[in-house]
Amino acid sequence: MEKKDFHVIADTGIHARPATLLVQSASKFNSEITLQYQDKSVNLKSIMGVMSLGVGKDADVTISAEGADEADAVAALADTMKKEGLSE
Amino acid sequence: MAEKVLKGIAASDGIAIAKAYMLVDPDLSFEKTTVSDIDAEIKKLHDAFDASKAELQVIKEKATQSLGAEEAEVFEAHITILSDPEMLGQIEGKIKDDKVNAEEALKEVTDTFISMFEAMTDNAYMQERAGDIRDVTKRVMSHLLGVTLPSPALIDSEVIVVAHDLTPSDTAQLDRKFVKGFITDIGGRTSHSAIMSRTLEIPAVVGSETATTDIKAGTTVILDGINGEALVAPTDAEISDYQQKAKDFAAQKAEWDKLKNEATVSKDGKHFELASNIGTPDDMDGVLDAGSEAVGLFRSEFLYMNSAELPDEDTQFEAYKKVVEGMQGKPVIVRTMDIGGDKHLPYLPLPDEMNPFLGYRAIRISLDRDDIFRTQLRALLRASHYGQLRIMFPMIATLDEFRQAKAIFEEEKAKLVKAGTPVADDIKLGIMIEIPAAAILADQFAKEVDFFSIGTNDLIQYSFAADRGNERVSYLYQPYNPSLLRLIKHVIDAAHANGRIAGMCGEVAGDQVAVPLLMGLGLDEFSMSSTSVLKTRSLMKTIDTKEMAKLADKALNECVTNEEVKELVEKNVFGK
Repeated sequence: MEKKDFHVIADTGIHARPATLLVQSASKFNSEITLQYQDKSVNLKSIMGVMSLGVGKDADVTISAEGADEADAVAALADTMKKEGLSE
Repeated sequence: MAEKVLKGIAASDGIAIAKAYMLVDPDLSFEKTTVSDIDAEIKKLHDAFDASKAELQVIKEKATQSLGAEEAEVFEAHITILSDPEMLGQIEGKIKDDKVNAEEALKEVTDTFISMFEAMTDNAYMQERAGDIRDVTKRVMSHLLGVTLPSPALIDSEVIVVAHDLTPSDTAQLDRKFVKGFITDIGGRTSHSAIMSRTLEIPAVVGSETATTDIKAGTTVILDGINGEALVAPTDAEISDYQQKAKDFAAQKAEWDKLKNEATVSKDGKHFELASNIGTPDDMDGVLDAGSEAVGLFRSEFLYMNSAELPDEDTQFEAYKKVVEGMQGKPVIVRTMDIGGDKHLPYLPLPDEMNPFLGYRAIRISLDRDDIFRTQLRALLRASHYGQLRIMFPMIATLDEFRQAKAIFEEEKAKLVKAGTPVADDIKLGIMIEIPAAAILADQFAKEVDFFSIGTNDLIQYSFAADRGNERVSYLYQPYNPSLLRLIKHVIDAAHANGRIAGMCGEVAGDQVAVPLLMGLGLDEFSMSSTSVLKTRSLMKTIDTKEMAKLADKALNECVTNEEVKELVEKNVFGK
């Protein structure tokens, strides 16, 4: 399993366009990918799941992937997080 | 005779004749049933999802072409929801476990999501996503039931749109090439739909009450936006009659068009500044076509509303620069962000309020969230270099608010100057007069404020304590009531006593009954929809300001009601 922690710096947290892009990016991979925030964890390929977490500014979240392409998936998602100004 | 004549409120001038397009949801009711063939039911569900996705893909492409990528983004969001494996999985699970039909399973699962998002009352963004899920559910349900959902983005022939009401997202999807006009059940002259119709320059009738029940899809409709009427299934004679009226109206417009390059001068030679209200730089074509002498109100909140996130400094700078340059040295008044009330930003959640129009809005937000305010002011300051820019603060109630806003403006200006950025050094700072407290204290404000612009829609709403969106109290929209006219006179006199300009940028500024009175009261600047500019210039040429000063005096001191003032002007100015 591949894992990476992020600190959310975007003022609006993870919603609007960035959430959609994260989900779209995750959906390209075969691995099972989850987003964990506090004690809840959701399927990162599910837009409803991601939005229901209500991740705000300064939240600490973890993205983990399990499967054949887990390393690529986490790298791609880290890239999206950075490009969309969600984290550093 | 036409099958039916509907009466409503004339929202936007002009006449259109076309077939009705019903922007109305079809019946999506269904029976909950028990299914025996689970696999068939799941296949039916998948087919409906696939068909919905394919349809949204087409709508998205069409909307991208005709309206731009940003307006089309909402459909991308819808496709993402349809691709959600969790949601689809849960619906399948319901069909398998409970043996219910796909319609019931879809409804139960989406209802859960909708109530979950709606329960997030501290987060307006999430609450709006509930609307997205509802929209997507409707589309899938229509495919399950085999009925067609209206898709305004797919309209490809000339139509008159018939709707209960038009929301900003509906109007964003309308292609002005095909939509010749619209009629709604609800709304008034200042509702979103009415303002949009004037910006799009298409005839519209709002508040007809029964348009969606009295008009059937495909029926020919004559829409008379001049008199606020619609003829349903008209006779050939009526059609040719209205074709003539449309021609006459076009001829009248051509007559007005001759005034395009003329100055706005009264019969007795007094000059007035006639200006346009705009929402985005795209509206500049209308401004130039109308020969406006200024942009009297640039509603900057549209930059925020048409965006998926807070527009950054450069994006705003480009928009302001385009307008300022487009006016070639003529004045452009930009109103700083006026969000709150009935205008929301999905990415800037505001708390629910009992009285949003009396709550956290406009300058109150700007002073509280000065990070957003400073970004806007910097963009404005940078644009000031390219022409004559003026800045106006909305919803000012106290002098202290103006002083705070001005101090922030001065700080940002000093920073830019220090960094060597070119900035105009004569930027005038003004305020909207829309709160009675500021109107009454106008004599004190005038000592510090460079100009006033009276916003009549809100000033009337606050003076008469009548919600402008509530039809039951719409009789209190009394633009000619002597009480309001006295308030306006006080503001104009206070401005003039201090050598300041008094303008007006509400609906009343282009109102043919009010204009003569306002000329008599000495209002300097009139800002209105571009479509009203030439008509008003034509009227102003016939008006003698000295006579109007006397008439205004009568209206203010002898008339008692809105009606009396209206009759006085109609009798003395229009000979009615």
